[in-house]
Amino acid sequence: MNYKSEALKAESQELDILEGIARNDSRAIEKVYKENFGLVQNFILKNNGSYDDARDIFQEAMLVLYEKSKQTDFSLTCQIRTFLYSICRRLWLKRLQQNHRYGTPVESLEDVVPVEEEIEEKEKLDMDFTLMDGAMKSLGEPCKSLLEAYYFEKKQMVDIAEQFGYTNADNAKNQKYKCLMRLKKLFFAQYKQAD
Amino acid sequence: MEDLVLLDLVERFLSSDMNSTEKEQFEKLRRQNTELDQLVVEQQMFLANLTHYGERREMKHNLHQVHMRLLDQGTISETSEEEKLPLIIKFWQKNKRTIAVAASIAGITALSITGLMQAFAPKDSQNYLQQLGRKVIQLEDVQKAQSKKINALIDSTEKATKSPDKQQLSGGTSFLIDEDGYLVTNSHVVKGASTLVVVNKGKEYLATKVYDNINNDLAILKISDKDYKAKGRLPYDIRKGTVDLGEEIFTLGYPRNEVVYNRGYLSAGSGFMDDTLSIQLSISANPGNSGGPVLDKNGNIVGILSTRDKQANDVVFASRSINISKAIEELKQDTAHIKLNTPRNAILKGLDRVQQIKKLQDCVFMVKGY
Repeated sequence: MNYKSEALKAESQELDILEGIARNDSRAIEKVYKENFGLVQNFILKNNGSYDDARDIFQEAMLVLYEKSKQTDFSLTCQIRTFLYSICRRLWLKRLQQNHRYGTPVESLEDVVPVEEEIEEKEKLDMDFTLMDGAMKSLGEPCKSLLEAYYFEKKQMVDIAEQFGYTNADNAKNQKYKCLMRLKKLFFAQYKQAD
Repeated sequence: MEDLVLLDLVERFLSSDMNSTEKEQFEKLRRQNTELDQLVVEQQMFLANLTHYGERREMKHNLHQVHMRLLDQGTISETSEEEKLPLIIKFWQKNKRTIAVAASIAGITALSITGLMQAFAPKDSQNYLQQLGRKVIQLEDVQKAQSKKINALIDSTEKATKSPDKQQLSGGTSFLIDEDGYLVTNSHVVKGASTLVVVNKGKEYLATKVYDNINNDLAILKISDKDYKAKGRLPYDIRKGTVDLGEEIFTLGYPRNEVVYNRGYLSAGSGFMDDTLSIQLSISANPGNSGGPVLDKNGNIVGILSTRDKQANDVVFASRSINISKAIEELKQDTAHIKLNTPRNAILKGLDRVQQIKKLQDCVFMVKGY
């Protein structure tokens, strides 16, 4: 009885953490980071990786967890630790293979779950991100900042007009639309290139 | 400008920023106009993508911040133990390979120089080493000989009837030079003994030393026991001429309590350190053989077995027979022994070795010194 309630408690804790991550909550991120980074770092260092590699891989895995946690139908069938470790392991071994440095991996005793789907999805999302990032970077100022302020920071048009020095909110709004159309063009141009 | 109005409408529609009438109108318009419909879908997708991009970027930023914070706190670490090590150890770890290569080269160089040194240096040291080895072997020989002597001693003391109740000091072989009980042996066999017992075929006789010459290592004993009865003339002669190299010789002696026959050949005309008074024999001899007769194939005395080379196998030295003759002559100067005769009766010639030995056995005695 006691054991069962313990397990339930642990499970609900994990759910809390996942919700926190979905909200991009720093405290939840920090908790997961603290508890799992060492394990992953150890694995990567043992397998020809550097400290920077460990950081990159772990953060990529955290992004996968983040994307997962945002899916409405998402439920984690294993512990966060197992999930993260499996993702990191797969990602790192794949990278080693790409760099032709693949050898027999030095494993730890952690459980591993199959994560092929997640990796595939991650690659698609990475692609989208890279394309958008490229489009954003070639957009130039003040368009970039304007769009960021409106779409990411969710600022009101009035505030934006003030911040950027437009005479009124409508002008700012018009400017924002122009910028958005340019961004769209850039994005789809890259999209075609990438295809 | 129219585009912008349209976009505004689409955006407002997507963000549900329309009142119900406006929304109805827009949806109606959308159904009629496929281009607008397309625009809405496209815009929706793009905005989703953009939002996603923003969130992801935010997440990345957040992760980075957390990472830095945890690093600052020391909760996570990006420096291993080895980086905290002193500079010298870091240097070692960094240059391990180079140092290893350098060390190998140094090692190979040192080895080859040693090799060259050994190839060109004089061989003195090697000889010296060998000498040491020999000494160890010599010691071993001495030990073995001693234990043998001790064993012989124990055996003989048990049997001895005429032996005094004392520890045996020495032992060896002797042989008759006169049927009246004169025996010749080595000086070292009887050295230090106050009582002498000679044994033949289990019979023990007391003897006294009547001649002793340490220089040629010869001694003559006289059986003083009344039990002793002469067994007729001695069957051999003392050979006067030199013995030739390779000539077959044989000996009888008492390395143990039983008389032992051994056969060999003359291997050199001189003895140890070019001693011309001796001859070198190749024969198997052991402690106890000292004082034994060395006979040629005809059964004539050619010498008296005295020493062996401890450093070599089967290198035995015997005193030439002429020394025996000289000793006899010297002893004859003494009036008490004036009747002493040198044996001159070679009857063993032509007999086979078994017959020769049978006749000789009566003339060869074991000597025990107490």
